[in-house]
Amino acid sequence: MKYAYYPGCSMESGTAKEYDQSVKAVCQTLGLELEEIPDWNCCGASSGHCTNFRLGHALAARNLALAERMDMDIALGCPACYQRLKGTRHEFNENAQLREELPDLICMPYQATHDVRHLLDIIYSDFDIEEIRAKVTRPLTGLKLACYYGCFIVRPPKVVQFDDLENPQSMDILMGALGAEPLDWSAKVDCCGGSLSLTKRDIVAKLVSDIADAARGVGAEAIVTACPLCMANLDTRQKPNGDKALPILYFTELMGIAFGAADGKGWLQKHLVSPVALLASRGII
Amino acid sequence: MHLISERVQATGDPAFSKKVKEVSQAGLERCYQCQTCTLSCPVAYAMDLPPHQLLRMVHLGLKEQVLSSTTIWLCATCETCVARCPQEVDILRVMDTLKEMALQEKVKSKESFIPIFHNTFLESIRIFGRQHELSMVVLLKLRTRDLFSDLDFGIKMLLKGKFGILPPKMQGTKEVKAIFEKTKEAAP
Repeated sequence: MKYAYYPGCSMESGTAKEYDQSVKAVCQTLGLELEEIPDWNCCGASSGHCTNFRLGHALAARNLALAERMDMDIALGCPACYQRLKGTRHEFNENAQLREELPDLICMPYQATHDVRHLLDIIYSDFDIEEIRAKVTRPLTGLKLACYYGCFIVRPPKVVQFDDLENPQSMDILMGALGAEPLDWSAKVDCCGGSLSLTKRDIVAKLVSDIADAARGVGAEAIVTACPLCMANLDTRQKPNGDKALPILYFTELMGIAFGAADGKGWLQKHLVSPVALLASRGII
Repeated sequence: MHLISERVQATGDPAFSKKVKEVSQAGLERCYQCQTCTLSCPVAYAMDLPPHQLLRMVHLGLKEQVLSSTTIWLCATCETCVARCPQEVDILRVMDTLKEMALQEKVKSKESFIPIFHNTFLESIRIFGRQHELSMVVLLKLRTRDLFSDLDFGIKMLLKGKFGILPPKMQGTKEVKAIFEKTKEAAP
């Protein structure tokens, strides 16, 4: 299987490089081929769409059109980029005026022939769970995890159409296949505050601390995410009340480590709240 | 929280209400004030107008209060309200439309840092075609004269190699600049 890969800015060279590296390692093990979209641009999330409707859609559409030339569906790891690209594809199909305008705004033809998919969806939906289980060489036995989906993987449901809106399961099932113990909890689809992190620190600190408290309250030892922004906010802005801050891990880091990836430790060095001691104490790394 | 009386309509601007409804195409007319949006909103506690009240005020044409509210800027765009609204009102489109109008009409905001953030974020894309997180954050800190609040995180993140130092390399920066130029004017 081959996809047009859209890394997005934070995964390509920024704060989420270890997510990109672990995505590539996991895809290699699973035989998923990712071909980077040549000369992709920033999707504009979230400042584009919220301040200029046409700019937001045009920035996303240039990437959609470039991928269409490759004749492949798009695969990406960042839920914000996912929601922007998928949202523009949806708007193109629903909004006649935008459909007419977009090719002119991006100076490229675009016909919405191909889909946009998050890697959590691809890995969960395109593989039999037994196939995943069979690849595990270092099981995450007994690791208690709170799988955190956040906003844009499940919302808006009309656009993204993936997993349950309030109690999604895909990440939980994947983590279970790795040998971990995914827990039921209440903050799976709560918001971390997103881009308010740079302007309203107090709000983000409250939201991520509430999320971490909910995870801790059911006995989680770590939170698993599929989003660079959730990672950045939870990893830097938790204010644990007398407890230790919970480590946050990308779902692909845990998959890669369970599949025996050689560079797993390198990814973990990038985290501010280190998950190393936890994983080492279980003999996972 | 109380409903705002229909009597307020006397002071409202019906043209504003009509414009927001037309531009956003969000189904605002269907809102029956159940407050599900406000109860679902993670940021409502910090807003000057809770979301359901803002929607009502748009309906009544209370332009100044709506466009100068902190609500439109504090909205974290998480879409929990959109997902749960029983009347399928696209509340995010309403919020985005209001932000765009507030910027066009240069309405002074009580949350001035957030519009500066959006502006700085987009400027980085206009110049590099992709986001350069490090220069964007530094520029934002300079513009908001807020240099020291996150210095400890910033240094930790730099040391962890979390920030790409060099700006991103992209061939088609001219194409991205052209998109910015073409979309500068409001939609016809």
